Amino acid sequence: MATNTQTVNEVETELSELAASVVERAMKAGATAAEAVVREGSEFSTVVRMGEVETLKESGSRAIGLRAFLGHRTASTYSSDFSKDGIQRLISGALELARVTSEDAYAGIPEPDQLGSLGDLKLYYEDVYSLPPEERIDYARRAERAALEADPRMKNSDGGSFDAAIGHKVLANSHGFVGEFRRSYCSVAAAPIAQDENGNMQRDSWYALARTIAKLESPESVGREAARRTLRRLGSRKIASTQVPIVLDPTVAESILDNIFDAVDGGAIYRQSSFLANKLGEQVAASNITVVDDGTMPGGFGTEPFDGEGVPTRRTVVIENGVLKSYLLNTYTAKKLGMKTTGNASRGLAGTPGIGSGNFYLQKGDRTPQQIIGNIKQGLYVVQFLGFGVNMVTGDFSRGVSGLWIENGELTYPVEEVTVAGNLKDMLNNISEIGNDLEFRGSTAAPTLRIDGMTIAGE
Amino acid sequence: MDGPFPASGTSNKRAMTQNQNLFFQKFGITPNDLQRYLGEALSAGGDYADLYFEYLTSTSISVDESIVKSASQGISAGCGVRVLAGERTGYAYTDDLAPEKILRAARTAALIARGPAKSPIEGFKENLNHQLYPVASPSADADIAAKLELVMRADRAARAYDPRVVQVRAGYFDEMRQILVIGSDGTFATDLQPMARFTVNTIAKSGENSAKGAAGGGGRVGIDFFMTEKTPEHFAQDAARQAIIQLGAVEAPAGEMEVVLGPGWPGILLHEAIGHGLEADFNRKGTSAFSGMVGKRVASDKCTVVDNGTLPSRRGSINVDDEGSPTQNTVLIEKGILKGYLSDKLSAKLMGVPDTGNGRRESYAHIPMPRMTNTYMLAGDDSPEDIIKSVKRGVYAVNFGGGQVDITNGKFVFSASEAYMIENGHVTAPLKNCTLIGNGPDALTKVSMVGNDLELDEGVGTCGKDGQSVPVGVGIPTLKLDSMTVGGTAR
Repeated sequence: MATNTQTVNEVETELSELAASVVERAMKAGATAAEAVVREGSEFSTVVRMGEVETLKESGSRAIGLRAFLGHRTASTYSSDFSKDGIQRLISGALELARVTSEDAYAGIPEPDQLGSLGDLKLYYEDVYSLPPEERIDYARRAERAALEADPRMKNSDGGSFDAAIGHKVLANSHGFVGEFRRSYCSVAAAPIAQDENGNMQRDSWYALARTIAKLESPESVGREAARRTLRRLGSRKIASTQVPIVLDPTVAESILDNIFDAVDGGAIYRQSSFLANKLGEQVAASNITVVDDGTMPGGFGTEPFDGEGVPTRRTVVIENGVLKSYLLNTYTAKKLGMKTTGNASRGLAGTPGIGSGNFYLQKGDRTPQQIIGNIKQGLYVVQFLGFGVNMVTGDFSRGVSGLWIENGELTYPVEEVTVAGNLKDMLNNISEIGNDLEFRGSTAAPTLRIDGMTIAGE
Repeated sequence: MDGPFPASGTSNKRAMTQNQNLFFQKFGITPNDLQRYLGEALSAGGDYADLYFEYLTSTSISVDESIVKSASQGISAGCGVRVLAGERTGYAYTDDLAPEKILRAARTAALIARGPAKSPIEGFKENLNHQLYPVASPSADADIAAKLELVMRADRAARAYDPRVVQVRAGYFDEMRQILVIGSDGTFATDLQPMARFTVNTIAKSGENSAKGAAGGGGRVGIDFFMTEKTPEHFAQDAARQAIIQLGAVEAPAGEMEVVLGPGWPGILLHEAIGHGLEADFNRKGTSAFSGMVGKRVASDKCTVVDNGTLPSRRGSINVDDEGSPTQNTVLIEKGILKGYLSDKLSAKLMGVPDTGNGRRESYAHIPMPRMTNTYMLAGDDSPEDIIKSVKRGVYAVNFGGGQVDITNGKFVFSASEAYMIENGHVTAPLKNCTLIGNGPDALTKVSMVGNDLELDEGVGTCGKDGQSVPVGVGIPTLKLDSMTVGGTAR
């Protein structure tokens, strides 16, 4: 266990001093424990549409949140007002509010020996802001142009965009923990619209993101991929209801990982509101499935040196060869379940910490996407999910989809206005093939997946 | 925590005075400063500039496992500066309201324009608009004990409903948003916008079988709304009832069939099927499946649909939109014919159409765009009983989770959380959660019966667009669609 409770940077910043002093003042005012979080960030974004700049946005902001305890009672306050008055109200407000809440034996911040920070995880690069404004706009323009020039049917656009942001986060608590880290990010995206001879339109998009400009994919490759994804949807039609294997494009498979994440959230487990509650040690997925949460991957989009309560992040195997190995927990949910925190506390400015993922992914298999599709006589390759029709209590799953019909191992015509439905419990057991194409474009990632036994509803 | 002003006053005049006090005195802003900020925003030319000041206080308190585990309060304040030049928008914001910070934001937003400086109109014209909601602060400290009692009552009522209810979470949330909008065209608008919401979530268990229920509501109301009109027991019993019903749910059918939607919240159909597609920005750019369809038939002649931001106390209502324009009642579809779009200042100017007062934003950190307010269909002549009797085999959906639409191809979904089979004119077995899917431009052409029982939802809707969330309302009378695809698993 890391024991470094000092700041990541050599020199304590103004914000870390502020966070520590707010904790100290809350304790002097009568709190039995306290935790403060300060966030400061700036963002730049631009959208270029049909070659012309449509929006330019640039700004910075900061805010502070405080969680105060009076024994086993707790409450929280937040503010964007850093004036003396504002801070005073933040502290007195949290204490006053804590008096009216209930005694909860499980409430509290982590133990001192659980706290720490992993140090530099390559999350911050100043160069995301290094481009002159004209070049930033040019990134967006180039992405859109590459999409529009890919094919004469590319007739319209929701634009190309370039975004950059930096964030600085500080956490301090009454065990003397003060941790801070900075993160940077930049991204380029294109959202073109294609139109067929009948005037029917389809839109799709693609994007790339990176912690540093140096590693950002070229706008041209992003634009071309956006065009490819859009064009393949032209001429979509509805199909008759049927039951065939489905293959999920990685961007769509990713949302199944989001469902798995929600199902192993410690809060949902102790409340019995997850279909995976009480299933630890049981086979919950096909034996080829391994799901990992890793908050420590250098440069990862889900990486942090410590979680929302100051506990160092770690690598947790959630499902191993289909067996449920671990839930994802913070201090509170761990105590409720008689377990130890997995360093997955997620702290907004207000309220009690929830559960957040690190880099959450399904381990890749050895099949190429072409091999997976090639094995299917009739099926649906899904490229878009619409809506939120997932019931985490029962596992019932029913969502709108768009995709491409698979006939004799080949992708054929595009399909839309149909749903796929089943139950997540069965779906996880019916993942029969896993692609070798795992790639992180965010904190959650999945390779191409084949799932059998789902119902498609259409005409 | 005190609000910036003690709770008082209900007259419109008083509300205006309060807001001027807030921004003019608390933050040391004078009318001269505002002219100077707008001048700076137009220092590189541009057609229009505006400032949006916002001061937001909020409180939330929740009960989980029969105890109040946490409560929270917060303050967020800031100013957003926007400059429009042709189709271009420059935007910057600051959460520090010191003059030099606002001037810096104004200079940043001005970078969008290129040309000689322009001057804002001298002097501001304040429109005295409708007053649709109470302005008493719902967040006063004295209320916290009362809010706590409300959530505890919900917990007790849900558990008392049925012993199979094993988990209850209830939450009370309120906020007071104070805004001041100043435009270089002389726009001057202030508003005090209260919002309160009550939610109850339940889990029921019977043997190995689990199910969930959810209910909630509120609006631009004070805490007394939950003591008199919609009590914690009302929401708690509804959430408990749904979970118990779901324990006995059977597989939903798969395929096209007749669908009857119950009144109220199932109006999310309108929001997804047509509402988003009629937002002017998509139509100005030609990216909506409804682009160029004004004057054309998009629904059966039984359908008249409006977007009305002026309903008293409703969640989607506002006195003025976030560009300072008065809200209004806009006819979107009249007897099946598409009449017009929902617009903001930019789209109204570029398209040469009226500004319908639908320019909304999530906060000072966001650029306004056309958004819905309360979107609903007017009542028809059919009795709900006759509508159900007319169905041989279909689905009767009365409650929904969320929905989503692909604006460009018009395909939309919404997910039923409480639905039943209709067999030979009778409502029969409850169905497991299923998604309904359709095509916006023709879904409403299949409406064959419209009930005489228009209801608006209870006040929980939040709409997301381009990463911005705003509160909205929806409503329909009982409706029959002759054909819609139901996304179940049963053959």
